[in-house]
Amino acid sequence: MSAEERIPIFHERDIVQARQRGREIAAERGFSTRDQTLIATAISEVARNIVVYAREGHIVLAPIDSDDGRRGISVTAIDHGPGIANVELAMRDGFSTGKSLGLGLPGARRLMDDFEIETAVGQGTTVRLRKWVK
Amino acid sequence: MVPVLKYGDTLVATIVAALSDEDLEQLRAEVIDKVGRFRARGVIIDVTALDVLDSFATRTIRGIASTAQLRGADTVVVGIQPDVAVAMVQLGLTLDDIETALDMEDGMALLEARRRSRRVG
Repeated sequence: MSAEERIPIFHERDIVQARQRGREIAAERGFSTRDQTLIATAISEVARNIVVYAREGHIVLAPIDSDDGRRGISVTAIDHGPGIANVELAMRDGFSTGKSLGLGLPGARRLMDDFEIETAVGQGTTVRLRKWVK
Repeated sequence: MVPVLKYGDTLVATIVAALSDEDLEQLRAEVIDKVGRFRARGVIIDVTALDVLDSFATRTIRGIASTAQLRGADTVVVGIQPDVAVAMVQLGLTLDDIETALDMEDGMALLEARRRSRRVG
């Protein structure tokens, strides 16, 4: 099993690279092609948030295993950008301060199984996503 | 890059690889330019090869469609893959303001039907 992979996100092209790598890891883990697409789409959304709001950061992709033996993938988006002042608002569909549809965070939550966010204004944002093989 | 080809009075943009946002913006500019230059009446955007349509890509395609519409050309998005459609629904994305069709053939037929109904109406 490969170790975690850290993909720097500076440029919009990095978003494509991150989601392609995420799809490959998801395939290795045994996810269905449908789930691979959901995972790649979630990665695309959180990576885009980095480019749009924080300008730079990275995506960490890792194979994970649960205590009860389920296989999964974790996707962590880390930036040291402006942070999110109102997380509750940012998690609402249609809310956006950037050039998007405002579906990034709530959408990523729906695409994955687990969602956690840590953010502090002026310090940055970390979004942790996980999905398990059904 | 995305080649934008002309078939009669229809433009066809076939997206063959995962596009960066810059590529999508370029596509938008090229379609809008060619609609004017070739007096195109229809635009088909073929996304059969795309494995992800996220909120940005959807927004850009919607932008291309509505701008082309304002320039007098109908736009049809063809070839959204089943898994991509599932992901878009979960993401909360809809294309309810854009015409979609299963494939290129259906897309061409849809544009033709539109043109005909316009001539009659």
